[in-house]
Amino acid sequence: MAITEEPPLELEAGDPLPEYAEQPLGVLTRPSGNTGIASWLFTVDHKRIGIMYGVFAMFFFLIGGLEALAIRIQLAVPGNDFLSAETYNQVFTTHGVTMIFLVIMPLAAAFANYLIPLQIGARDVAFPRMNALSLWVWFFGGLFLCSSVIIGGWWENAPDGGWFNYAPNHGVAFSPSKGIDFYAIGLQITGIGSLVSAVNLIVTCLNMRAKGMTLFRMPVLTWMLLITQFLLLFAVPVITVALFFLMFDRLYDANFFNPDAGSDPLLWQHLFWIFGHPEVYILILPSFGIISEVIPVFSRKPIFGYKVMVFSGIAIGFMGWGVWAHHMFVSGLGPISVTAFSMSTMLIAVPTGVKIFNWLATMLGGRLKFNTAMLFAVGVVSMFTIGGLSGVTHAVAPADTQQTDTYYIVAHFHYVIFGGALLGIFAGFYFWWPKAFGYKLNERWGKWNFWLQIVGFNLTFGPMHILGLQGMSRRIDTYSEGFGFELWNLVASVGAFVIFLGVLIFVINIFVSQRQAKHLPPVGPDPWDARGLEWMTASPTPEHNFDEEIEVQQVDEFWFRKYDIDDDGTVHRIATGDEVAQPGTATGVHLPAPSYWPMVLAAGLPFIGYGLIYNLWLCVLGGLLVAAGSFGWVFEPADDPDAHHGGHDDHGDHDDDPDTDPEAAAALDAPEGADDVAIESEEAPVG
Amino acid sequence: MVDSEVLDEQAVEAADASHSAKVGDHQPGSTGISNQKLAMWAFLGSECLLFGGLISGYLLYRNNNQDGPAAAEIFDIPFTSVSSFVLLMSSLTMVLALSAITRGDHPRTRLWILTTALLGAVFIGGQVYEFTSFYREGLGYTTSPFSSAFFTLTGFHGVHVSMGIVMLMSLYFSSVRGKLKTENAETVEIVGLYWHFVDVVWIFIFTVVYLMAKGI
Ligand code: HEM
Ligand SMILES: [Cu+2]
Repeated sequence: MAITEEPPLELEAGDPLPEYAEQPLGVLTRPSGNTGIASWLFTVDHKRIGIMYGVFAMFFFLIGGLEALAIRIQLAVPGNDFLSAETYNQVFTTHGVTMIFLVIMPLAAAFANYLIPLQIGARDVAFPRMNALSLWVWFFGGLFLCSSVIIGGWWENAPDGGWFNYAPNHGVAFSPSKGIDFYAIGLQITGIGSLVSAVNLIVTCLNMRAKGMTLFRMPVLTWMLLITQFLLLFAVPVITVALFFLMFDRLYDANFFNPDAGSDPLLWQHLFWIFGHPEVYILILPSFGIISEVIPVFSRKPIFGYKVMVFSGIAIGFMGWGVWAHHMFVSGLGPISVTAFSMSTMLIAVPTGVKIFNWLATMLGGRLKFNTAMLFAVGVVSMFTIGGLSGVTHAVAPADTQQTDTYYIVAHFHYVIFGGALLGIFAGFYFWWPKAFGYKLNERWGKWNFWLQIVGFNLTFGPMHILGLQGMSRRIDTYSEGFGFELWNLVASVGAFVIFLGVLIFVINIFVSQRQAKHLPPVGPDPWDARGLEWMTASPTPEHNFDEEIEVQQVDEFWFRKYDIDDDGTVHRIATGDEVAQPGTATGVHLPAPSYWPMVLAAGLPFIGYGLIYNLWLCVLGGLLVAAGSFGWVFEPADDPDAHHGGHDDHGDHDDDPDTDPEAAAALDAPEGADDVAIESEEAPVG
Repeated sequence: MVDSEVLDEQAVEAADASHSAKVGDHQPGSTGISNQKLAMWAFLGSECLLFGGLISGYLLYRNNNQDGPAAAEIFDIPFTSVSSFVLLMSSLTMVLALSAITRGDHPRTRLWILTTALLGAVFIGGQVYEFTSFYREGLGYTTSPFSSAFFTLTGFHGVHVSMGIVMLMSLYFSSVRGKLKTENAETVEIVGLYWHFVDVVWIFIFTVVYLMAKGI
């Protein structure tokens, strides 16, 4: 990685070439180049990290989807033996764990990583290397979890306690395979990823905003993502405690959940749901944010009640902590707790309802354009409403006594998670695809994608309301003939294949559209006539995001640079998006260099996990990787001199030059100690 | 920035991400707090919930000692008071280290950092001693829900103190190598935040676990 001979093309005449001192040893140089696979693996660019979150999550989506199909094949007809009872338990558990922790959460992280810096007008997130670390920690943790399906025999060793994994079933006595160890350790690893990224994104939102981008000028999506990160920040440690207790119970015979040793199995339920209910908002809020961006653009109106939207999100974020025991109405909490949690649960439906009315009011009287992104967004509004309403019916404790542990609950949470979170993410795909990849997804394929998905979804999960109220339990591997379950189960299974087809069409659409795009004019920075800052730079987003800092004066800044509103309220176009947007051609923007070490550090964690389960020597290997990663992290050169230094015109002509600005200088010269802080503290939860 | 000297990467990255591009000219920090310090605060917020969970678990089981020794029988309050005092004093020396580096007095900075780490190590030593003697008296990790919860909670705290010692030692060595300059006082401050946090948590644990067991 020596200094290349490349002439510094963009260098202004007279500017001396910066002098580089000798490079230290090979491994401690920084990777460079921005093409090829290595440029992805070692990247610290928030956009590439976001895209990788998306790609990896779609890979896990395939796994989780195939598991779902297996479940529906098994349940299609009564008395089926496609899966054994033991296998069935593992399949529905890994399905749930995969979809929640390895699909929806990382897809939300994909949007958060890609869009937060763009929406607030920043160059990158606050800590680019930590960002790469969270990606790899999450991804390796996900692979670790999935590996339980293969290691020790095909479907012998996967977790089998449900995603909620109740005590005492999760003890060694009732689940002697290693599956639940994989669950306990795997989720701790992915949890570290979530925690690191929560800290990073919170600091980014709070500290990296462009000039004039006050908190109450941030787009609703950024707000919802920020709230999500706070929920993660506080919810992850709670599940971490529960998972540690579980791990110590299973591996070292501790007595946290084992009734034989006098412990209280309800402790698990409390800890799990104190995490679990905020977690459901972690799943849904990003999607609320996405459609709050999509609906205004295709209604050609600003979002109705921006502040109300933000505050209802904040309210949900707070109230989400006070409802967990609605998952435990039949566990014998006592009438006072049940009443209190029943009421708090009904209350939390209020801010949620407010949001729904805000979206409707945004659409009311707007010039609606139903392209695929908008269809998905409207799909969210309608499907989530159904899920929210069934949620309110569970909030009524006496009714819930009948509903709990039946397919009615399965219907509820699929309406909110699939109908709410996932459809919203698809809306986001169609909406921001041109920004990320420079071409639009095809509308015809898109509409097939949407309609198949929404029809299949309702076929699959609609009937589950009926099945549940008829008394069909969830988590059973089969059912007998003659209870009246046959028809609706068959319908649900057919629906599942329709969904699969819908998603398949999405994947095909990606490739078809990419091909077609070669014959189409470029999409330009602002293909939808949109409102957020992310549209104010070229598509696909240039590596450096913005050429110049944007100074923000209001919500929807970009839109107001294109339109003017008269005193009588009529709107005039004063400029096109292309005119307002920056060309994205700036050179000489200093970019943080890629790094090997986040990946090395992250790779150590699964080995520690395998070591705890199988053989402590593997822990040593894992520990060494973590140590090597941390060491390299601290001691690698601050920057790769070859990378991305066009001309140094970004220095000197700005008043923030480190030499003149004492604060910037201090930040620049902060010692590696600050880095230690970050690394060390991230390791703390691992112990 | 193009110097092979080891600079703090994160600071550089932060600066890169904000100032070097022409984006974010008023950086660092829309809030006026540096990224690193804000990150530490956020992380400590998360840690509150971690210890909150552990302490709740302990509270649930504190009288659930089955056939094993009970908390009141086994705790040695005078001993633990002394080690708690040692840990508290380390917060004082931490403050002294920070004030030394803001004054630019590097030998003192090193002295106080080292003292802080040493006091932390004494505390950890006390914990190891205490665990061993409890074990001899029949309180193993698997003896009862009480024992599991006790060792887990205090053990987690011990791990946190140890992490703090590692951070302090890396501060110490970078100071020895001349990398911890006066402008970097904030790094000492950030490590100090963590250290004080871990101390405060111990005050909670000492009260809830030790003093409450004796009904003091
Ligand atoms: C209007 C707001 C909501 C209300 C009032 C509500 C209420 C409830 C209640 C009372 C239960 C427990 C039912 C039982 O097990 O007997 C439940 C279960 C569940 N809810 Fe919701 N919910 C709401 C929104 C959401 C959202 C937004 C999500 C996720 C995105 C969600 C995901 C779930 C899940 C996954 C379960 C089942 C957990 C399990 O047992 O595995 N809910 N909901
Ligand atoms: Cu809930």
